[in-house]
This record gives sequence, C-alpha cells and structure tokens, in this order.
Amino acid sequence: MQVIVNISLKEGVLDPQGRAIGRSLTDLGFQEVGEVRVGKRISLDIDESDPARAEQRVARMCETLLANTVIEDYEIEIAGEDEG
Amino acid sequence: MSLSELRVAIIVFPGSNCDRDMMVAVEKLAGRRPALVWHKETSLDPVDLAIIPGGFSYGDYLRCGALAARSPIMEAVLDHAARGGAVMGICNGFQVLLEAGLLPGVLVENAGLRYVCRNTCIEVVGGTESPFTAGLVPGQKLIIPLAHNEGNYFATDDDLQRLEDSGQIAFRYVDSNIHGPSNPNGAARDIAGIISANGRVMGMMPHPERALSTELGSADGATMLTASLEALVS
Repeated sequence: MQVIVNISLKEGVLDPQGRAIGRSLTDLGFQEVGEVRVGKRISLDIDESDPARAEQRVARMCETLLANTVIEDYEIEIAGEDEG
Repeated sequence: MSLSELRVAIIVFPGSNCDRDMMVAVEKLAGRRPALVWHKETSLDPVDLAIIPGGFSYGDYLRCGALAARSPIMEAVLDHAARGGAVMGICNGFQVLLEAGLLPGVLVENAGLRYVCRNTCIEVVGGTESPFTAGLVPGQKLIIPLAHNEGNYFATDDDLQRLEDSGQIAFRYVDSNIHGPSNPNGAARDIAGIISANGRVMGMMPHPERALSTELGSADGATMLTASLEALVS
C-alpha cells in the first residue's frame, strides 16, 4: 500500500527557505505571491492491506522519526492499493 | 581521580568529521586518548564523558542529526545520560542531542540562509550547576569558531522561558569586534549552547576543539574544555 506523508513547518516557525523562494518569485514578476512555506513529501510503500492499520503505523513512524513535532506537523494520506 | 584517568568516549557516525579533532583536543588537555566508538556499537564501556562530535552525520538526511539520534549507540548514550552520565554535543552533536530528546528544542536553518564559518564571541551564562560551566565565570567571554548551516536554535516560548528561568542557557552569542552580527544564525535569545535540567548534558554550536591555540586564532576552546574536564574529575 502506498502511503504519503506530508510534512510542513508549524505556523509561527520561521521558514527562511520559503522566504527566499517568495522573494525570488516576486522578483520574477509574480507580485501576487505572499507567504511561501516549504514542506516535505515522503512516499512510503507499506506491506499492509488494512488502511487503518497502515495509517496507525505511519503515524508511529512520524512520531518516532519522520517529523520533528517541535517544529513540524504531518498529514498522512493513504494513496491506494498496490497494483498487481 | 586525576585528569588522565578521565574516561572519554567520542561517538563516530558516518559523516562525523570533528571526531579526530576532538580526540586530539581531549588527549592534549587531559593526557589520555579518548575512545572512538562507532555508531553501530550497542554499548558504551563505563565512561565519564560521552561526546557527540560535529560533522554531517548521515549527510544531514531528513533533518540534521535525526538519523544519528536513532542509531544503535544512542540507546547506550541515553542510558548513560539517564544514569547521570555527562554528555557533550558539539555542532552536529548538539543537533543529535536535540533529536534524541536529551535537550529541548531544535536547530533550524540559519536565518540568513547561508552557511556561516567564522569566529564568534560567546558569553558564559549558566546558573544550573553543571560540569560544563563550573570552571568558568558567568559573563566570561570566549572566542570560539563555528561552522554550520543549521544553528538557529528554536524552541517553544514555554521551553525558552524555562531554560532562561532555570539557568539552563550555557552560552550566549554576544557583541564583540568580530566582523558580522553577534548572533550568527538567528538563534532564539542568542542561544549558543544549553544544558539539561540536571546539568549533565550540554550542547553547543561553536567548536571549542578548534580553538586550542592562540597561533590558530584562539585558545578559548582549550579554556572551556579544560574547565569541563577538570570539573568532571573533581
């Protein structure tokens, strides 16, 4: 089963990379751009057929390693069954 | 115990690159060569001080220090710390200690978005009784170089206030005649290093092992390390 983890910086945590990207976009003429925040997307191939159980395991993975919950939030998305 | 009887272990991860500098520094200052312990080991011989050195453990993948903090040897380091053993983390080692939960907060990308490599002036703060500040005087200034891209200390306001109130800020960046802003990375409350509530775990961004002689810019790292080693002996 494919599980996607989206990791984003918590609100209030400075994102210097996002700020630099925002500044570049403005310089390139995209004046409509306001705040830019950069996150991470981790795609996991999990040997598990039960979506609820997979989500529970991936939440453990996030708490244990994938996210630093001092500064990051995570969202788990079950992308679907493997084909074949 | 005399200085040369002090048992020091330096943990080596793939990507550590200050392990040997620290080994040379401790050997020079204490008179006994520390053990280098590979991260795959699962036990630490009884030691008086475990040092997590600087570098780029695991290529800084995922987050700086995140993978090293979960490698096999860290269980033993956590046990050592839980028994009240002394632990010092420098630069990437500080990042590892935060990721391992031995100290609160996290080190994020420098506010200036640039890798910073230069001398900084730090001031001893302290308050909590700790071997890492015991031989130093509050307000004492030290010139120590740093070199990092993620040294911007961040913690929740509650944690920052707790660190401040309980005297757990070990070192703070302060003004000096060194070129550039006194706070090189945007760290909250100018924090350069912190100590645990029991004073036995310390992490700092600057590299004392790179400041051992005035010929190379500063001997203040030797002052700081000697004070720590001597405090651990007494």
